[in-house]
Amino acid sequence: MFHRFANPTRFLKLADVIQPWIAGATLVLLGAGLYFGLFASPPDYQQGETVRLMYIHVPSAWMAMFCYSALAGSCAVALIWKHPLADLAARATAPIGAAFTFLALVTGSLWGKPMWGTWWVWDARLTSMLVLLFLYLGYIALNNAFDDPQRGSKSSAILALVGFVNVPIIKFSVDWWNTLHQPASVVKMGGPSIHADILLPLLLMAAAFTTYYLWVLLIRIRTEVALGKIRARQMQKAQTGYKG
Amino acid sequence: MTGFMLILRRDLHLAMRQGMDSLMVVMFFVIAVVLFPFGVGPESNILARIAPGVIWVAALLAAMLSLERLFQTDYEDGSLELLALQPIALEITVMAKVVAHWLTTGLPLIVAAPLLAVLMNLPDEGFVILIVALVLGTPTLSLIGAIGAALILGSRRGGILLSLLVLPLYIPVLIFGVSAVDAVISGFEAKAQLLILGGIFFAALPLCPWVGAAALRQALD
Repeated sequence: MFHRFANPTRFLKLADVIQPWIAGATLVLLGAGLYFGLFASPPDYQQGETVRLMYIHVPSAWMAMFCYSALAGSCAVALIWKHPLADLAARATAPIGAAFTFLALVTGSLWGKPMWGTWWVWDARLTSMLVLLFLYLGYIALNNAFDDPQRGSKSSAILALVGFVNVPIIKFSVDWWNTLHQPASVVKMGGPSIHADILLPLLLMAAAFTTYYLWVLLIRIRTEVALGKIRARQMQKAQTGYKG
Repeated sequence: MTGFMLILRRDLHLAMRQGMDSLMVVMFFVIAVVLFPFGVGPESNILARIAPGVIWVAALLAAMLSLERLFQTDYEDGSLELLALQPIALEITVMAKVVAHWLTTGLPLIVAAPLLAVLMNLPDEGFVILIVALVLGTPTLSLIGAIGAALILGSRRGGILLSLLVLPLYIPVLIFGVSAVDAVISGFEAKAQLLILGGIFFAALPLCPWVGAAALRQALD
């Protein structure tokens, strides 16, 4: 199963089948999440309407870490088994993850202004998220820094694995340090500590963001495969043209 | 071990012959720190407040500037391939190069740091802890930097890329190095910060040569 989809053509056939379903699921989940988040859930007793920012902020932050884990996982698979699809998946994941990280930082900043009275504080959670953004950008920069794309993806794969140390630091930063950012309230021992009315849209949005990631990932992998083909054709053409 | 010593001696010899190169790193360190009194104004209490951070940041940048040469010259003239063909593990080679890098840049930075601390009005009780923190922190900078230096081999615009890769990974060392000095200046113990700095060093010591060697193998493929 694992090696079966090392062949991009075979993978693309599968992608053709599941992509419409994922796209449909994204639209339905996003619609339901936005409805429950914007209309059918109560404002917070302390934060008022600004609490609705959470439905974007928290899922993007989750996805930022999820994408980095997926990136590091794909890079490990690509390095160990030289799985060609893992290479493409890693390269396709990085910009999506960087965008989610950026979104989490921006929405957090917009939320921080009314709640904390400042756009930005240098607390552990915010700082480690900023480092995550730098790691994504470093990965993308290194990936594109070589004339030989193979070499770029191998080098950046090593970098992605090194940068993975940051993911547990982000996750536990709110427990290890006494920060302004609140500690985890959904995924924790003894069940979530937020009300079901707020939890429902949050989980719907998280699911929507996840399927959105898969959707865009498939599109991007498709693009990468096409770009590879174009590059091969151009090389071929240049060679024959030179000879002829 | 003999292979390790041979590479170490070779790199130190090379550094000695091109003596200006290591001296330039220290000169950069000094000039970068001296810019701050001009930038933020010469009030001594402000300078004293920012001294640990400025010295650490300048040390970070100085260590990073010299990293590009760590493997680049050997890669370009082909001697890196010969080093890789030796009957010793590539990890040992990387380790020897890291030690040589620390001896030629980390150590001079530590020697220059007290002078800069005087210029920056660092309170007297901060001197010893600044040196201790630098002794614990700068080897980690060389170790982590070796990964970045190995990854950029053969890339376009390696030097600027190196800073993008390495500086985010330097942040933990910077945080705990500065907070150790800050703690002592404000009358607290710095044991926790020093233990964390030591912990980062001992985690990096086996892992970084291993990763660096993996990166070199990709470059030499």
